[in-house]
Amino acid sequence: MADQSLIHARGLVKRFGDFTAVDGIDLEVAPGEAFGFLGPNGAGKSSTMRMIGCVSTPTAGELRILGMDPVRDGTRIRARLGVCPQLDNLDPDLSVRENLTTYARYFGVSRAEARTRADELLEFVQLSDRANGKVEPLSGGMKRRLTIARAMVNDPDLVLLDEPTTGLDPQARHLVWERLFRLKQRGTTLVLTTHYMDEAEQLCDRLVVMDGGKIVAEGSPRALIENYSTAEVVELRFADGLDSNAQYAAKLDGIGDRVDPLPDRVLLYADDGDEAMAEVHRRGLTPESVLVRRSTLEDVFLHLTGRTLVD
Amino acid sequence: MMTTLVAARVSLSPGRVGAVINRNVGALRSGPSYWIVLISGFFEPLLYLLSIGVGVGALVGDLNVDGHTMSYAAFVAPAMLAVSAMSGALAETTFNFFFKLKYMKTYEAVLATPVRPFEIAVGELVWAVARGSVYTVTFLGFMVAMGLTTVAGALAAFPATVLIGLAFGAVGMWVSTLMRGWQDFDLLGTGQFAMFLFSGTFSPVQDYPVGVEILIQLTPLYHAVELVRGLCTGIVGPGIVVNIAYLAVMVVGGLWLASRRVEKMLCV
Amino acid sequence: MTTETTAVTRVGDPPRLRPVVAVVERYLTLYRRLWQASVFSSFVLPILFLISIGIGVGGYVGSVEGVDYLSWIVPGVLVSTAFQICVGESTYPVLGDFKWVRAYHAMRAAPVSPKDIVHGHLIYMIFRVELSIAAFLLVVAFFGGLHSPWALATVPVCALLTAAVVTPVTAFAATIESDSYFALLFRFVVIPATLFSGVFFPVDQLPAAIRPVAYASPVWHAVELSRAATLGRAPGWPIVVHVGYLLLWAVVGLIAARRAFARRLED
Repeated sequence: MADQSLIHARGLVKRFGDFTAVDGIDLEVAPGEAFGFLGPNGAGKSSTMRMIGCVSTPTAGELRILGMDPVRDGTRIRARLGVCPQLDNLDPDLSVRENLTTYARYFGVSRAEARTRADELLEFVQLSDRANGKVEPLSGGMKRRLTIARAMVNDPDLVLLDEPTTGLDPQARHLVWERLFRLKQRGTTLVLTTHYMDEAEQLCDRLVVMDGGKIVAEGSPRALIENYSTAEVVELRFADGLDSNAQYAAKLDGIGDRVDPLPDRVLLYADDGDEAMAEVHRRGLTPESVLVRRSTLEDVFLHLTGRTLVD
Repeated sequence: MMTTLVAARVSLSPGRVGAVINRNVGALRSGPSYWIVLISGFFEPLLYLLSIGVGVGALVGDLNVDGHTMSYAAFVAPAMLAVSAMSGALAETTFNFFFKLKYMKTYEAVLATPVRPFEIAVGELVWAVARGSVYTVTFLGFMVAMGLTTVAGALAAFPATVLIGLAFGAVGMWVSTLMRGWQDFDLLGTGQFAMFLFSGTFSPVQDYPVGVEILIQLTPLYHAVELVRGLCTGIVGPGIVVNIAYLAVMVVGGLWLASRRVEKMLCV
Repeated sequence: MTTETTAVTRVGDPPRLRPVVAVVERYLTLYRRLWQASVFSSFVLPILFLISIGIGVGGYVGSVEGVDYLSWIVPGVLVSTAFQICVGESTYPVLGDFKWVRAYHAMRAAPVSPKDIVHGHLIYMIFRVELSIAAFLLVVAFFGGLHSPWALATVPVCALLTAAVVTPVTAFAATIESDSYFALLFRFVVIPATLFSGVFFPVDQLPAAIRPVAYASPVWHAVELSRAATLGRAPGWPIVVHVGYLLLWAVVGLIAARRAFARRLED
């Protein structure tokens, strides 16, 4: 199994001084998979990504990327990786196309080949009309698409994306997702980090939930929701909210699988939301607003850690 | 284990070093601004040579150094050349290097590829010296035309200017990795200017009190000036070995420390 | 107060003091944070320069125009220091306040006119230059580099030079888009003006064909006046000509700077 995995980690640890960023995680990523790290800021996602990208040395544990040792074979591994960092580091001195051709040269791609690939990739990320322009005037979404194109310039076996849509507006996010989905369809192995549950649900075949440097759950988005949440969630807001949410939660006890009082609302986990609401009304409670929705990874995370993902 | 790590650190692929240089060539094409700076750089040392060498030289007359008589311009010109080789390389490996390291995050992107910190350091240094050499070659041309050195002297001095560029470029790169912000560049500029004034550039170091003279002989520009002056004037003594060794240590040490710092900063 | 904010500035209005003072204060606030760094460039380096060239090279020179080389070069280095400060403070910082910091746009949004900004900057610059000049004169006097009480006349001379240099350079900085043009300014104007304006050797030594270029440079006129002052002798040309020429630069420069600021702050 470990031989076919693109990423294989056992007890992987990264410490910075006294601070443990990654606290003994196990991973296995197979070819063709879209694999995600979901967690809040500071969960250890980026540190893990940097170790996988062979720019950060593991403090302890076992790590093999593409069947090789990242400390000894870092150069050979990086030759087959594509990396899209969290913050764009495109080269403002170069044109859009030159950003790709110049980067390709770092991988030893010939000049002619670099030009061909650059044009194909610009087409793919819908930036052909900006090819000769400067990087600076591009919008955030365009820059991110260009960074993704740059990560593809060596035709990598494994693409690492660190929070690919953080900081983008909704429309730009959907464009990026759509392009990443195409990559996935082509059979490219994607590994991404995110703190957006919708992103994880959209893109990942399988994901791990990270918190405090540890993996707290693993599975497909569907399986995680089934295992750690109910099919539906009812969000109740009461007029006199705040301090009294805990009291309301006590009155709601026994409805559905679980009741979670949050500062601004009470969550009611149930497989049938409407049935749960009927029971709420039967108990004589009249919330100011009611929302019945499908369960998401956010609920999974809340259940696993007692905290929300984005605060 | 240690030896393999050392070997891994200093082993380099010419193709990847070439790719690092290629990036700078690409940036050159990005606009006229870089060209303006590059080309106008020719005039600076020439103007200094005409003003100090010829203008002040007319006031000084001939100079007697170690029993050899020469015109003041012939004395000053090689020093200007050494300074030009130093500043040409430093311009690229301090200011520009720092900007790419700290603000543009250029090297962060590069290190995600097979390219290693040592290869970045070597690539940037080769580029810096190539850029500086355009100036030194022109300057040597002026010197020959003005009769301040012979063709043979110029041919001998050119490789020396390359060595000077490598030495200051490498150490400058290391210093840039230690910079906290732009304000530190003022200090660097001050140091550079002080060396420019007192490294036997404008008057022989023998004129200074012995303590000062020894102090100056410990600083790098002194060795650069001595080396180039010796080769340009054809008055070469055994001290040239010390000059070359001093500069060679700067090249090796600077590159080693610079790549180690880049690795420490970006590969954690 | 209400009349002040609703007042509209018309051409020919008397200069309004309050906004100008505010602009000067802003520069002084920045200077308070940066003065330590500027001590090197505007004081320590000129002194080192004087030691290296004036004393080091001077030992071989003997005398120039009847005085020792150090005494001859002191007024030159003094003026070239003032010149460097003027150019340094009127290039990158000015373009930066238009382009990156956008401080001028912020001032414009307040009741401060482009003219006020130009005047405030000039007043601050004169203060900056005089501070460095005073320190330099003290040290040089201690080493016996001044030969006449007339040396005090270098103070107004440097103020005049500041006005003659700062205004055209700020006008230039307010007109350009890319800072690369400064490299051109430094290499083709500033450095030649420093090296060939009688700072290091008499202009008479220049080929006759090039001499008029030196005469055209405000730096040469300031050097001539300062040298006459520190040596206690009359300048080669009538004082009125030197002063008048510097004033001409100052007035034309001021008009150009006001126009350039007004145009750039219009958009």
